[in-house]
Amino acid sequence: MAENTFMLEIITPEEILLREEVQFLVVPETQGELGVLKNHAPMIAALNIGVLRYTDADGQIRKVAISGGFMEVIYNEARVLAETAELGNEIDVLRAQEALKRAKRRLEQRDENIDFVRAQKALQRAIARLKAADAYNEQ
Amino acid sequence: MAGASVRDYKRRIRSVKNTQQITKAMKMVAAAKLRRAQESAEASRPYTETLRDTIARLAAVAGDIEHPLLQKREEVRKVGYIVVTADRGLCGAYNTNIIKAVNTAIEEDERDVEFNVIAVGRKVRDFFRKRGGLVAEYVNLGDVVNYADAREIGQYVMKAYEDGELDEVYVVYARFVNALRQVPTIEKILPIEPPTQEGETEETFVEYIYEPDVKIILESLLPRYIGSQIYHAMLEGKASEHGARMTAMGNATENAGEIIDSLTLEMNKARQAAITKEILDIVGGAEALKKGGK
Repeated sequence: MAENTFMLEIITPEEILLREEVQFLVVPETQGELGVLKNHAPMIAALNIGVLRYTDADGQIRKVAISGGFMEVIYNEARVLAETAELGNEIDVLRAQEALKRAKRRLEQRDENIDFVRAQKALQRAIARLKAADAYNEQ
Repeated sequence: MAGASVRDYKRRIRSVKNTQQITKAMKMVAAAKLRRAQESAEASRPYTETLRDTIARLAAVAGDIEHPLLQKREEVRKVGYIVVTADRGLCGAYNTNIIKAVNTAIEEDERDVEFNVIAVGRKVRDFFRKRGGLVAEYVNLGDVVNYADAREIGQYVMKAYEDGELDEVYVVYARFVNALRQVPTIEKILPIEPPTQEGETEETFVEYIYEPDVKIILESLLPRYIGSQIYHAMLEGKASEHGARMTAMGNATENAGEIIDSLTLEMNKARQAAITKEILDIVGGAEALKKGGK
């Protein structure tokens, strides 16, 4: 299977979070999910807050929560730039749940003083993190 | 310290030695922190460079795009300076040099403008609180620079810019050359002047697919570009601060050593003088006894 792989790099301002060969990549593009396989044409895509999934060289599916950014694909290398990115298995589920509750509470208050867009983004980020950690159940 | 006793010298030497130990420890701590700061500056490079390259490429493709952050104001009345200094002193002229650079920039600006200072670090806040013009402050951010802080500052200035509270924004920081040299630097970050591509790389001729389209991508990248520039300034500033402190404390340690040497010399002189005086006393006494006995 190894011949079907391409390089995935996830870069944040603070570090290179990930650099490995993957078989298949799905990113949260602004208008829906976008899949990338080997030999994809050069592309630049804007990304939303959400979950990035990839199938690693051994066929395992892995998830990463990202807070928006963009992706560049060129010469069998996909480079994802995000302000924050967290590997699914490293996410603090409890903290993410707290953040989700907090964001929901803020949105329900409908107070004019709160920054609505900001609260909504916080909610999206919390959901993305829980989804990446496989700990999100919709109610 | 003429006429001081041996005991006075001993006390002073002990006190200088204590100070020397502190400065030595501070120097070593600063050296370790400098290394860490340099590492995080290094780690931020892939992000900053990819972002810059991509914006340059998109700007070239997109041609004329309109975005509030790119628009130059016809009339500039309010200028913002994001000034990055340390929270603490004991780092030589590091803080003063940066504040001086801001003051010079303000004085040399011949336009009739009002200046606003966004302080990052306690030292610059204290200064502009007295002088006036302080509009926002970010202090006690700690020794590790967080991107989240840079983003928050970025959001603040972008909002102020869009609301017309600021017409131009500069970031002022000390660029790290080495532990002995930090150069105060002023860079304009708003309105954004899109970076231009350096030379023609292979990528210049590649046709990309843009999802969803060039404008939307560029618009989502511009605010991030501001964040990364502020982050870069804060990282450079942090490295400079530790470099400056390391050098200042190294000098202080050396100076303390010199003071200890000269005090030791003085102390020995004083001790010798005391011994000589005692001998003279004894000899004098003995002579007197001899004379008296005859």
